[in-house]
Amino acid sequence: MSLLLQAQGLGKRFGAVVAASDINISVHTGERVSLIGSNGAGKTTFVNMITGYMKPDQGRITLDGLDITPLAPRAITRLGVARSFQIPQLYGDLTVQDNMLVANACHDQKLSFWQPARRPEAIARAETLLERFGLAEHRERRVAELPGGVRKLLDIAMALTASPKLLLLDEPTSGVSADEKFPMMDTIMAALGQEAGTTVLFVEHDMDIVERHASRVIAFYAGRVIADDQPAIALATDDVRRYVTGELLQE
Amino acid sequence: MIQTETAVGHGRTVALGLAAFVLLALAGLAMPKWLTFLLTMAAANGLVSLGIVGLMRGGVVPFGQGMMLALGGYAAALAFNKLGVTDALLLALGGGVVATLAAAPFAPLLSRYRGIFFAMLTLALSMVTYGLLMKLSALGGSDGFNLGRPTLFGQVLADAWVGYTLYVLTIALATVMALLARVYFDSTRGLVTLAVRENELRVEYLGGSVRQAMTINFILAAFCGGLGGALAVMSLGHVEPTFSFWTTSGEFVFVAILAGWQSVAAVFIASTVLEVVRSFSSAYFPNTWQLALGLFLLFVIRFLPKGIGSLWMRGSTR
Repeated sequence: MSLLLQAQGLGKRFGAVVAASDINISVHTGERVSLIGSNGAGKTTFVNMITGYMKPDQGRITLDGLDITPLAPRAITRLGVARSFQIPQLYGDLTVQDNMLVANACHDQKLSFWQPARRPEAIARAETLLERFGLAEHRERRVAELPGGVRKLLDIAMALTASPKLLLLDEPTSGVSADEKFPMMDTIMAALGQEAGTTVLFVEHDMDIVERHASRVIAFYAGRVIADDQPAIALATDDVRRYVTGELLQE
Repeated sequence: MIQTETAVGHGRTVALGLAAFVLLALAGLAMPKWLTFLLTMAAANGLVSLGIVGLMRGGVVPFGQGMMLALGGYAAALAFNKLGVTDALLLALGGGVVATLAAAPFAPLLSRYRGIFFAMLTLALSMVTYGLLMKLSALGGSDGFNLGRPTLFGQVLADAWVGYTLYVLTIALATVMALLARVYFDSTRGLVTLAVRENELRVEYLGGSVRQAMTINFILAAFCGGLGGALAVMSLGHVEPTFSFWTTSGEFVFVAILAGWQSVAAVFIASTVLEVVRSFSSAYFPNTWQLALGLFLLFVIRFLPKGIGSLWMRGSTR
């Protein structure tokens, strides 16, 4: 597995609050990495720094050896980093299929004044992903009418349109009922499994999902990385049990 | 199958556009002169509003599109009087090009602003233009100046045919621009513009450029405005600073809101409605026609918030 993403000495403060402190993380191609931690631990800040939404105060981030620290989100996206959002960022007035076509059009480097957005290859790509995420039956529905779980899936399907090297999922199962969480995450991971070579970082609070789907866990607390290992090992450390799962506090 | 549908969709649009053009051109032969003039002005002004609709699709409304009308109009009139360019088609296209060139330096700046800030900046630009035109005696100051009768493809237009010829030229260019606008709205760039309207953040995270989309739309709107201005000035035979005054811009916004952002044809229908209301109201109740217009707009906003175009674009999300 080759080195894909490397964060070196990342630091970020918001006034007196330390959101990231000396974060050093390397991610290799094909890994399924789960970012865990309590609210405010620094997971989303880390995701935001990778995607260029926030710039770190210190440190640098490289993708395939290229320094992406100063780049804007759009430039980073074009280098192969895509993300979904905790609150799905969709186009509520458009249909599900049109949302997919927007994703396809945005990814198109040679945006055309003439080429129809609804051209066959774009629709075919959209349909493939909709089928994979179980969304095909909703294709003609306006997104504003869809339930939360379906929106989450669409948000991820849109991110996947560009066949990214690195996909960041910010709490893909948040706001979804406990019964739906596992089937939904299974759907997501099955869909991602069909994208050759996509590396996934996902922020997750449910440890059962983490154990089931992650090949590696990185735990955050107060802006620091407190564990970085295989799930069984990382989740068993005292720091994770104390600050993330709360097991030691209960004992 | 899908490609066939797309081709049929555009083929049908082109056929409808051409049919409408032929029908209007033939009908013009039987129309009274006042009506051909009214429709000429509606089509020319509709072009300005078409540019606004293009910007509205991206979520911004300019309040200064009268500036583009004035730039196109003054450019055509000056080219006619000072450079000896008399061909109506060249003057029309020249008006569009001059407005585009004048707008281009401001486009990157304006693409950073949204909502009331975008509206006020465009309004400010148009009022600066208005002030300059008022003060420049070389351009006729507040009175403006006249231009003579244009030619077309080297042919001098006879008295009896000048109005009709300009009418046909104007609706021909309006048809071409309307068809091009439809193709653009349905294109990948057009879809990204609609996405910008709803969620700029996601567009950027999908790899699209919000500022590029807004810059392009502003420049295209400038071309439409300049083209409309040149065509209007040729039919009027006169150009003056009020073209750039804020009330003129307001009328174009009125038409754009009345039309909505879904249908291109609706823009020209709305522009015609405005011209008809303006003409008849001015004749029968001269001091209160704006009142009638305002009430009409209130009615449209209340019952057709997506404009009259939504009447036949129902079900379409784009």
